[in-house]
Amino acid sequence: MMRTLALAGLVFLALAPGLTFAVTPDEMLADPKLEARAEALSTGLRCMVCQNESIDESDASLAHDIRVLIRQQMLAGRSDAEIRAFLVARYGDFILLKPPFKPETFLLWGAPVLLLLAGAAAIAASAMQRKAAPPSAPLSAEEKAKLAALVGEERR
Amino acid sequence: MIVETGHFALVLALALALVNAGVPLWGIAARDRRLMAVAPSVAFAGFLLIAISYAALTYAHVTSDFSLVNVIENSHSAKPLIYKITGVWGNHEGSMLLWVLILSLFAAAVAVSGRAMPIDLHAAVLAVQSWIAAAFLLFILLTSNPFARLVNPPIEGNDLNPLLQDPGLAIHPPLLYLGYVGLSITFSFAAAALICGRIDAVWARLVRPWTLAAWTFLTLGIAMGSYWAYYTLGWGGFWFWDPVENASLMPWIAATALLHSATVMEKREALKVWTIFLAILAFSLSLVGTFIVRSGVLTSVHAFANDPRRGVFILAILVFFIGGSLLLFALRANALKPGGFFVPVSREGALVLNNLVLSTCCATVFIGTLYPLALQALNGAKISVGPPFFNLTFVPLFLPLCAVMPIAQTLAWKRGDLLGSVQRLFFAFVCGAALMLFLAVARGGPAISILLAGLAVYLMIGAFTDLGTRIFGRAALVNGHVLRHALGLPRSTYGTALAHAGIGLSLLGLAATGWGAQKILAMKPGDVARVGSYELALESVGPQTGPNYTATVAHMAIRSGGSKVAQIDPAVRFYPTRQMSRSEAGIKTIDFGQVYVGISDGTTPGSVNARLYWKPLVTFIWFGAIVMALGGLCSLSDRRLRIGVARRVRKLAVAPQAAE
Repeated sequence: MMRTLALAGLVFLALAPGLTFAVTPDEMLADPKLEARAEALSTGLRCMVCQNESIDESDASLAHDIRVLIRQQMLAGRSDAEIRAFLVARYGDFILLKPPFKPETFLLWGAPVLLLLAGAAAIAASAMQRKAAPPSAPLSAEEKAKLAALVGEERR
Repeated sequence: MIVETGHFALVLALALALVNAGVPLWGIAARDRRLMAVAPSVAFAGFLLIAISYAALTYAHVTSDFSLVNVIENSHSAKPLIYKITGVWGNHEGSMLLWVLILSLFAAAVAVSGRAMPIDLHAAVLAVQSWIAAAFLLFILLTSNPFARLVNPPIEGNDLNPLLQDPGLAIHPPLLYLGYVGLSITFSFAAAALICGRIDAVWARLVRPWTLAAWTFLTLGIAMGSYWAYYTLGWGGFWFWDPVENASLMPWIAATALLHSATVMEKREALKVWTIFLAILAFSLSLVGTFIVRSGVLTSVHAFANDPRRGVFILAILVFFIGGSLLLFALRANALKPGGFFVPVSREGALVLNNLVLSTCCATVFIGTLYPLALQALNGAKISVGPPFFNLTFVPLFLPLCAVMPIAQTLAWKRGDLLGSVQRLFFAFVCGAALMLFLAVARGGPAISILLAGLAVYLMIGAFTDLGTRIFGRAALVNGHVLRHALGLPRSTYGTALAHAGIGLSLLGLAATGWGAQKILAMKPGDVARVGSYELALESVGPQTGPNYTATVAHMAIRSGGSKVAQIDPAVRFYPTRQMSRSEAGIKTIDFGQVYVGISDGTTPGSVNARLYWKPLVTFIWFGAIVMALGGLCSLSDRRLRIGVARRVRKLAVAPQAAE
C-alpha cells in the first residue's frame, strides 16, 4: 500500500485527464536502432516533476518534451554523452537517475565498499580478541559440587 | 453514535496502553508476580478496544457517512462495497489505525500464547509493546484522527484514488503491515531481554516464531505490492527502487539477517549481542519506513516543512524508540560474554558472512534512499539516486551471497569442510554451467541473463542438496527407510531449502526478463501485431460503463501458429469524480510467462495506443516469493518451536483436574 500511496501521490502530480502513458507511438523514431538508443538513454533520466520515475515510463508532459528533444538531437547526430551533458547543463544533476561520481557523492558511491570492509574488519577484530582471551579457569570445588547437585536435580 | 463509540474506544485503548506500559515494569522491579500478571489481560483488552474502533470506522465507510472528513475525502456512495471496506486503510488516518490494530493484534497473540515463557520476560515484552502502542495511539488521536466530523456534511464524497480501487488494496496493505508491524514483537523481545537480563538460547528460540511469521508476511506483502504495481502501471514494471519500496525492503533484509543470526544464537549461544542489535534494527527500519512514507518528506523536504506536525511527531517517536533501545543496548550488552567457539569455515562462519553482506545491502539501500534528502538539507544540491545506482551496488553484493548460499547450507557447525561441501554441490554446479552453456548457444545473450539463469538453477538444486544427501544418505539406503528418514528430519531444514530455492526461482524469473519482447504501436480494429511467438489481433474497441467509471476496452485475440489461444480485454478507465484515468492491463499467463497488453486512448477515434509485451517466465518472480514464504511457514511448523504447546499438553495429561 505504501507503494501505491506513492503511486497515488505521483499520479496526482503528473497526471492530466486522459491517460497517455510513457512513450507513445507517434514519438518513436522509425529507425529501430536509434529508437533503442533513445529508450536506453530515457530510462536513465528522471522525470523531474514525478517521484522516482524515468522519462521513459512517465506520463507527464515534461517527460514527453524531453523524450522528443532526445530523439531530435539523436537525429541531428549527437552522441548519448553529448545529449546527457546538454540536459545536465539545463536541468542539473537531478535529471540523472545514476548520480555522477563527484565529491558530493563520494560517500554515496563509496559507502557499500567502506561498510563491507569495516564490517569485515570488525569481525576479524572480534575473532582475534576471542582467540587472545585466556581459556576459562577450571571449576573450583564449590562450583563442582553445585554442578553435581544441579545435574542430579535434572536427572530426577 | 457508533462513530463516537469508536473514537472513545481508541482513547480508552490509549489509557490501557499507558497502564500496561507502566504496571508490568513496576512488577518486574518490585518482583511482584501479581503486577506482572496484569499485562496479558490488559494487552488483550487493548486489542479488543482498537478492534471496536476499527470496526466503527469501517461502518462509517460502508454506510457512506459523509459527516466524517475521512469518509468524504476517500469514499463515494457509488463505490463498490469491497473498496468501501478496503478504502478504510487506503488513506493516511485509516492506515495508521490498521497499523495500531495489527500492533495490538500481535500483543494479544503474545499475551495468549506466551504462557510457556518466563513470566518476567512475558510481562516485559507486553510492556514494551504497549509503549509503542501508546506512542502511535497518541499520534493518531493528536494529529491524524480518523473520526473527525464536519458540521455541514456534503451530499457526496470525493471517491477513493482510482489506483487504489483494486483487489490489490484488499491484500497488499494487510500483509505488508503484518510483516512490518510484526517486527515490533522482535523489538519488544529484544528490549525485554535487555531489561530482564535474559539474553540466551531460550530467548532466541522464543523469538524465532515471531520473526519467522513477520518475515513470511513481509515477503508476501512485498511480492504482492510488486505484482500490483506490475499489472496496474500498464507497462509491466515490477520493482523501481522507489523510496517507498525501499522502506519495506530494508526491514525485510534486516529480518532475514536476524533469522540467520538467531539460529547461531539458538544453536551455539554465539552472536548474542549482534542478534539483539538486529532485532532492534529490524523494527527501527520499520519505523524509519513509516516516517519516510507518512511524513511527506518523500515528495520533498519542502512538503515536509509545510505541514511538519505529523512528520515531527513520527520523528519524535522514531528518535525515542531507536535512541532508547540503543541506550538500553549500550548499557546492558557489555555484560554479555562471548558464546561458543567456531572456526571461520563453518556453518556459523557462513552465517556471519551472510549477516555481513546482508547488513551492507541494507545499509546501501538506506544510504541510497536517504542520501538525496540529506544532501539537499546540507547544501541544497539536488541529486537523484535511481535504479542504476542500486543495480551497481546492491546487485553485486547480493549475487555473490546467492552463490555462497548452497555452500553454507552444506557446511557443518563449528568446523566445516569446504572442499567436501563444494564436492557435494558438484551436481548443482554442473547443472548451472550446462544451462549457461545451452543458453549462450541458443540465445547468445544478454550475458547478465545467462549468468543469472545459471546461478538460479545452481541455487535451486543446491538448496536441496543437503536435504537430499541426508534423506538418501548411505544409512537410509542400506536400511531402506528413506521415507522415515525424510519425515524424521526437522521441518526447519525443509524450510531453509524452500526459502533458498524460492530466491533461485525469483532469480530465474528476473533472468528471463532479458528474453522478453515488446512493441509499442497505434492499433485500429483489424490490425495484427506480433510479439514474441504470439500474434495479437485487435478485434474491436468499445466503451464500457462501470459503477463509478467509464472505460474504453480493446478486445484482442492472442493467436499462436494460426489458432486462437486466448482472449484479452485491456482497458483504460476514467473516474469522473477525481478526473483520473487508470490502465487495466490485459494479461494472459501462458507457460509461466505472460502476454501483457496495456492500452491508452489513441490519437484518432476508434484507435488505441497499445504496448504489447511477451514476458517469458515472469511469474517465477512472484512464485519465488511464494515459495520463500512457504519455506517460512514450513519452518514455523517445526517441532522445536512448539515446545510451549507440548509442555502444556503434558501438564494437562498428567493432572487433568488441576486446571491452570
